[in-house]
Amino acid sequence: MAFLELQGVSKSFGKGPHRTTVLRDVNLSVEEGEFIAIVGFSGSGKSTLMNLIAGLIPPDEGTMTLDGQPIRGAGPDRGIVFQNYSLLPWLTVFENVGLAVDAVFPSWPKDKRNAHIERFVEMVNLTPAAWKKPKELSGGMRQRVSVARALSMNPRMLLMDEPLSALDALTRGTLQKEFERIWEQERKTVVLITNDVDESILLADRVVPLTPGPGATLGKSFAIDLERPREKTSLNRDPRFKSLRNDIVNYLLALQGERRQAAIELKPPKLTQREAHRRSA
Amino acid sequence: MFKERIIRLLDLTGMQIFEPIIRLITGENPREQLQKLALYILLPVCAFAVFLAFWHVAAQNIVTKYGTLPAPAQVWKEGRNLLASHYESREQEAAYYREQETKAAEFTANATQLRSLAAEMPEAKKVKALEAADKLDEKAESALTKKYSASPTYLDQIVTSLYTVFAGFVIASMVAIPIGVLCGMSKNFLTAMNPLIQIFKPVSPLAWLPIVMIVVGAVYTTAPADAWFEKSFISSAITVALCSLWPTLVNTALGVASIEKDHLNVARVLNLSWSTRIRKIVLPSALPFIFAGLRISLGVGWMVLIAAEMLAQNPGLGKFVWDMFQNGSSQTLAQIMVAVFTIGFIGFMLDRVMIIFQRSVSYESTVSA
Repeated sequence: MAFLELQGVSKSFGKGPHRTTVLRDVNLSVEEGEFIAIVGFSGSGKSTLMNLIAGLIPPDEGTMTLDGQPIRGAGPDRGIVFQNYSLLPWLTVFENVGLAVDAVFPSWPKDKRNAHIERFVEMVNLTPAAWKKPKELSGGMRQRVSVARALSMNPRMLLMDEPLSALDALTRGTLQKEFERIWEQERKTVVLITNDVDESILLADRVVPLTPGPGATLGKSFAIDLERPREKTSLNRDPRFKSLRNDIVNYLLALQGERRQAAIELKPPKLTQREAHRRSA
Repeated sequence: MFKERIIRLLDLTGMQIFEPIIRLITGENPREQLQKLALYILLPVCAFAVFLAFWHVAAQNIVTKYGTLPAPAQVWKEGRNLLASHYESREQEAAYYREQETKAAEFTANATQLRSLAAEMPEAKKVKALEAADKLDEKAESALTKKYSASPTYLDQIVTSLYTVFAGFVIASMVAIPIGVLCGMSKNFLTAMNPLIQIFKPVSPLAWLPIVMIVVGAVYTTAPADAWFEKSFISSAITVALCSLWPTLVNTALGVASIEKDHLNVARVLNLSWSTRIRKIVLPSALPFIFAGLRISLGVGWMVLIAAEMLAQNPGLGKFVWDMFQNGSSQTLAQIMVAVFTIGFIGFMLDRVMIIFQRSVSYESTVSA
């Protein structure tokens, strides 16, 4: 059995006629130490999948196990990096990480605790800003705090829910580089959820597309066998990278195309008011 | 930088009107600062002057049974008189204690003298002399312990009122914040509490007061000599608490209920215990709301207190107003007006203090109401 195993997981929201099935029959196996990326269009249920693995919401059907143990509720064995950082605004960078450390290692003496916090603040290059509050930080810096907090709990795996999608392109690039460096150091099992195909290829060992919702499920997976460390600029010229990207994008578009085709055929082309007027005249 | 620090401090305390002065002193764009000064300081000052002038003119045309309505100048004078009589009373008190001390010293001196004489007396006389000396010592003791009694001065009344309102406010907060947190955290608890809150919230302090006084009278039966607090103080404070706890309760419940879901998710991921979750996530997150509620509560409490003191004849500013009304001297109206301004000014200062607290706990942005 794989490290993280999802079998036949489904999740619906709402009641009666408004009930929509967001995820249907999702199966996923992730090996220990593997970095997998789940890519999908917005609204396809990526965050729902992430909340399920995190244990923040229970599945309607199916089983989820982590290292053979069924997942029941949230816990510090799965560190989460939320899309909107979820830092506590009244605490400094150090204190935000400290809250997690105190919760997971309550018996640690003060100097061990502080050294541990400092190590992770340094890992994300935030030592100079350690005593700042989140509102004094840029979006990229906030997300680094979030990563430091998640890793400081020494989780068995890391879940990242579109961690970079709220950032500008330049910051995104820098953070992608840092994520890769940190992953090389820590070698945690990572599930990254993203809508950026390039990002998924750059970071992951395996990319799994999520079909468009409602009733989304995971498609076929693409193994990324590019050697690490991967350099974004040189990757752009790498033919293997190009063909992988084409394959994934085409696969996603084909999935979406099947759905859209049906929708388009039902809709007559729209006329502007003036055109309608002219025709009727 | 020093200047920026002062300006930030002014902003925190809600005294931005002095900002142009600071900027002017440091020579920052004088023209703009003068304009701002005119706007922020001159305008309110003008409005106040117009008010005083209107009052002055109107006062002369309103004749009551105590004479014409006092003009601003008379009220000002009366205020100074009240202050002067306070100092006078303090002076008398000090003089009284000085006198008692000299008396006591005299008694003890006589006693020691008597004792030294007694040593050389025959046995029968000696006993009597020693007894007399003991009596003198007792007299000295009683001279020192005898308290000065005089009716409280205006400033004493202010202090009593402030003390009472704080006591009521503290009681209200200790009740309202925990209940508010529970209401915010549990929908069922809120549903259960809602009718009680809705019914008791609009009740006037005047309706509570008799009940509180009777209940306090029945329950608080400690002898006056041993009691830590006076009955009147307790009934005023409880009335204040009953009327002022609602804004804090409702605001706390709102603040706790509107915690961002992500913050609660953080608590779930960290597996925080119930008490840690309240201490580390719920309370800090709701703190700005709680303080907004406390600020309203203190304002309500201050208004309620004056009414309660008036009606119940409990010591404080309210009793002062009522006493003056009953006196019906020629200074009555002027003294009551002094009290009105005092009450208003203290209420304003209490509000300022709460604004400072409120701003210092708000983490979202520095600018707020």
